[in-house]
Amino acid sequence: MTPHETKGAVQYTPYHPRWYRMRVSTYWWLWKWDYLKFVLRELSSIFVAYFVVITLLQIHSLSRGPEAYARFEERTRNPLMIALNAISLLFVLFHTITWFNLAPRAIVARVGGKRVPDIMIAGSNYVAWLVISAAVAWFILR
Amino acid sequence: MAETIQLEVMRYSPEHDAVPSFQRFEVPYRKDWVVLDALNYIKDKLDGSLSYRWSCRMGICGSCGMMVNGEPKLTCATFLSHYAPDAVRVEPLRYFPVVRDLVIEMTDFMIKLQKVKPWIIRKDEKSIVDREYLQTPQQLDAYKQFSMCINCMLCYAACPVYGLDPLFTGPAAIALAQRYNIDSRDQGAKERMDILSQHEGIWGCTFVGECTEACPKNVDPAGAIQQYKLTAAKEWFKSLLMPWGAK
Repeated sequence: MTPHETKGAVQYTPYHPRWYRMRVSTYWWLWKWDYLKFVLRELSSIFVAYFVVITLLQIHSLSRGPEAYARFEERTRNPLMIALNAISLLFVLFHTITWFNLAPRAIVARVGGKRVPDIMIAGSNYVAWLVISAAVAWFILR
Repeated sequence: MAETIQLEVMRYSPEHDAVPSFQRFEVPYRKDWVVLDALNYIKDKLDGSLSYRWSCRMGICGSCGMMVNGEPKLTCATFLSHYAPDAVRVEPLRYFPVVRDLVIEMTDFMIKLQKVKPWIIRKDEKSIVDREYLQTPQQLDAYKQFSMCINCMLCYAACPVYGLDPLFTGPAAIALAQRYNIDSRDQGAKERMDILSQHEGIWGCTFVGECTEACPKNVDPAGAIQQYKLTAAKEWFKSLLMPWGAK
């Protein structure tokens, strides 16, 4: 064994020509529409969380009687809140639709040895959405 | 005069350049030429010093992946006619260190690939004389799509997560791990789970989905990662409900 040989291991020389490393721009998500769509989808989670909070507040005020609920309505009636809610609704719809469309990619279901077509998996999500929305609408509007 | 097309090729010489630059070449435009044909023309007729990787020129070897007009492409399968009469910009695969011109350093991918153990792991290895491991067409069908990967690394160049976090295991390596996980002959899913369920494994993926768009072999690495996330989540839940269950 020569002096510079290491016992047992094959070692590569750490020396190599100078590599060029490209830096990733902070604005990489503006490079193409699909990246932007992805970032908007991620961002939509904030609005989903906001809707959850506002719904919980609504239920809370409802449980405290008609006066508390009237105060809640009064607070949410201002144009700023309406605008925020409208934007949130758009993001929540975007969130729902994009995730429903992606569901078939994650779920592989097999019936009789054959993979269930994507449209069936995405479709069942939409059907569930419709049924639950209809049930909620019936409960509120009856 | 014969028709021509402009190629803007990124050049980088580690001995002379601090940063890369673009060089313009005018090459003959032929309808049946792909970007790789144009690069070969440059190498043969215009500038022999141009460096790039290629081998099979038929979408099998996975060597000729480059950025063509900002998109990760196999240059052997990307026709000039798609871009003509505009100029075509050719750069090395994004997010990898550049060794020279269009040649990238791929050791990082090779290490990650090896880490996920993309081979059949058996607990009870049978001798060849005993018998073969048989498989039905349905069992083959379960993983066949993921086995089409040619390690071209276009999916890494398409993945902003890999760009921002170089520790991320990445699309192709995870898809290949999944390819063996769902192979009926394999028994190594648990071993791979320990590696893949780390943060740098599947959970690093935010499902941008661009890896699947870039894949020239329709492997769908994004699908493979999400399916694996589902499996990992189920396993975690099972271990929560039945902590006494055999690991």
